[in-house]
Amino acid sequence: MTVNMTKGQKISLSKADGGSLTAVRMGLGWKAAPRRGLFGSRTREIDLDASAVLFADKQPVDVVFFRHLTSDDGSVRHTGDNLVGGVGQGGDDESIIVDLSRVPVHVDQIVFTVNSFTGQTFAEVENAFCRLVDETNGQELARYTLTGGGAYTAQIMAKVQRGATGWSMTAIGTPANGRTFQDLIPAILPAL
Amino acid sequence: MTAELVRGQNHPLPGNRLEIRVSAGTPVVAAVTLGDEAGRVVADGEWLAHPGAPQLAGVEVPRQAAADHRLAVDLGAMPAAVHRVHVLLALPGAAARPGAPADFGGAPAPRLAVTTPDGAAVAGFTITGLGAETALLAVELYRRQSAWKVRAVGQGYGGGLPALFLDQGVPDPSAAAAAVHTAVGNEQARSITPPPAPSTTTGGHPGRTTMGGTTAGPATGAGTSGSGGVRYDRGPAGASAAGSGDGGSGARPSAGGPVDYRHPRRRAAPAAPPPPAAPPRPGPPPADAPHIPVAGDAAGRSMEERLYNQVWGMFEDLSRTVAAYRSAADFAESRFEQELDGLLADPRTRNGPAAEAAREAAQAKQAALVDQARAVLDRDLAQLAAESEAVEPALPREFAGWENPVWHAYRVPDRLPLAVRLGSLSLPEAPELRIPLLSRLPLERGLWLDSAENRGAAVGAAVAIAARLLACHPVGSFAVHALDPAGSGATALAPLHAGGALVLPPPAAGAAGVSDLLTRLTERVDLIQMARRGGAADDLPPGFDTAEQLLIVNEFPYGFDDRSVNQLRYLADEGPSAGVHLLVVADREDAAAYGPVLDPLWRSLLRLTPLPSDHLADPWVGHAWTYEPPLVPPGSRVLADVLRQLAAARPAYGT
Repeated sequence: MTVNMTKGQKISLSKADGGSLTAVRMGLGWKAAPRRGLFGSRTREIDLDASAVLFADKQPVDVVFFRHLTSDDGSVRHTGDNLVGGVGQGGDDESIIVDLSRVPVHVDQIVFTVNSFTGQTFAEVENAFCRLVDETNGQELARYTLTGGGAYTAQIMAKVQRGATGWSMTAIGTPANGRTFQDLIPAILPAL
Repeated sequence: MTAELVRGQNHPLPGNRLEIRVSAGTPVVAAVTLGDEAGRVVADGEWLAHPGAPQLAGVEVPRQAAADHRLAVDLGAMPAAVHRVHVLLALPGAAARPGAPADFGGAPAPRLAVTTPDGAAVAGFTITGLGAETALLAVELYRRQSAWKVRAVGQGYGGGLPALFLDQGVPDPSAAAAAVHTAVGNEQARSITPPPAPSTTTGGHPGRTTMGGTTAGPATGAGTSGSGGVRYDRGPAGASAAGSGDGGSGARPSAGGPVDYRHPRRRAAPAAPPPPAAPPRPGPPPADAPHIPVAGDAAGRSMEERLYNQVWGMFEDLSRTVAAYRSAADFAESRFEQELDGLLADPRTRNGPAAEAAREAAQAKQAALVDQARAVLDRDLAQLAAESEAVEPALPREFAGWENPVWHAYRVPDRLPLAVRLGSLSLPEAPELRIPLLSRLPLERGLWLDSAENRGAAVGAAVAIAARLLACHPVGSFAVHALDPAGSGATALAPLHAGGALVLPPPAAGAAGVSDLLTRLTERVDLIQMARRGGAADDLPPGFDTAEQLLIVNEFPYGFDDRSVNQLRYLADEGPSAGVHLLVVADREDAAAYGPVLDPLWRSLLRLTPLPSDHLADPWVGHAWTYEPPLVPPGSRVLADVLRQLAAARPAYGT
């Protein structure tokens, strides 16, 4: 059962059995640029990047992206940069795994973003999606379709935030422009 | 007249009443199975004597795991169907008793002696060459033409008792093995006070009691069960191990589980595969129970590799958990200061009782966050301390400190170990938690012992490290050159010279000797590189000594001229790949005259200090770790003993 999230929708990450979610994964997938015959070499590869920014009291304290694959505390891990995309059949090409039980106590929000590093807008990328998965059982919690998302090169996906009872997730879905997460910080701040 | 048996050898027995004495040096479980002519257990009737059911007709075994056992055997009382009496040894496992070796490779070699009831020795057998085995078929007594004989078997089983029982045709091997381990666990729960901290559950985990019993190797696929410890790429809180465990494997090999051969980035949805079936365990611990650490709880093909990965896993975990604490504490501090600044900036809130209250509130907020972070840190540190307690005693010699008793049982190895311990690392948050600094062999970087603070201690530490390197290389594969042109290290280096077998004869004194030796080593590196580039590694001149070379330089740059300084730099850069390694004892100030020309040299060497000093950075977060050199405990003769054994095993140079 996948929730196709809409902007601003908030779901609690506590599970049906009362236990709260302990690990989530953000998966990002897209279809590699098609190669056509003789001029295939002119086709530019599409490189989308997933990033996670850790905030404490609305200040960014750490970030996990393709140049810093593991947060200093080890709770957030990027599985590695994919520069070209996959076959576009729904598999994740990049993943960020968050072990919520290990996130340092001062970090209260983690924002997931997607950027097009090579600059193609989401309108040009085929079969691009990003999703949040309960890493403990593989269940998909939320999914966004990025394709057809208009002439933007970035999207602020969602955030997980710490509450009194546990973690919850809010879909943000704000489009933005930028090649890496640094360009997005101003766009993220209003969403916190 | 005692016969010392080797594997496979047999020996006649003088009578039917015998005693079998086991001395294993570490607690082991002794059990006996009765088999038919083919060695399979006798199906009808009693066939297994173990601590839970210690008596059978004609044989009795002890009720507990112990380092020494006496088994009474009366072969005359054996049923006619019994043709073989197998004596088994199994390790109760590190989980049952933290600190116990996880396999026989980490335990002293067990010895069995067959004696008559009045103690006259008949035959002895020492079981050597064991590795990842956790259960052994030690000896068997067998009937041959109505007479009984003893045969030294020494067959180990990496899969533990279940594998052993399977081999003997036991109908339900895992149940039988579980019965044995349960019995041992119950006995332990009764007789031994559990050690402090980690083991809240004892006895009830026969499936976990031996590392090899449930997770014999990468193939059995049961290793991800029961995590919830500190290991970050394992699942949080027990239940979710499989899911996030494979996710973490992109960053480093997933600890605590079988090697994950799937591509980390190519996972079809749904991503998490069904977790491998956990071994059936009576009374699984609650999900939040602390993970009981065992030695070797990491990926790897051998116990040595698993321990190596586990130590590095602990190293990473400690850096990360301390990073989390430090960042939370820093954040609390900076938020407090910001709030204070805010209060002071506004004239209305600067003074008065309201200001006082606001300040206190901010302070309380800071303290609360730090306390929270501290609690998380303490939990993780306790887990790591428990893991360290389980791991340290199980470490093989090369990974262990000089104070570890395994060094007393030193024997010259016959193969190069994976890595060697160059010292210990600790952080101020947990000064008592020492992580072994393991370096792969052959060394990838030269070593620099900084003698700025204490010259004598630096040479001493260099000798302790050189001795370690010597001790973990097989005979003839490691040659040591010592350059001490000033002669100031003669006393400290003396143990290495003893016997004339450890260090090559010193070169001529003074600058001439330095230049001569460096030239030879440089030519050697050139030659090996040329041979390698030309793809003609087999065409080295006849008689070429292929041993790795270690060059100890004391009091660099004394006795060096510009040419030899350049040669040393060349050796630091190119040597490691060609089997020439440096161990330089130097004070950087002494070489100040050379100016920045030597900076690359210092950078290329791993700086070690003779006294504890916080200068080594980890590769993940970059904390400053306090390094302690592997010094021999005062008064201990272990270094001298090891060197004597080494010298005895090697032909002296020049003879």
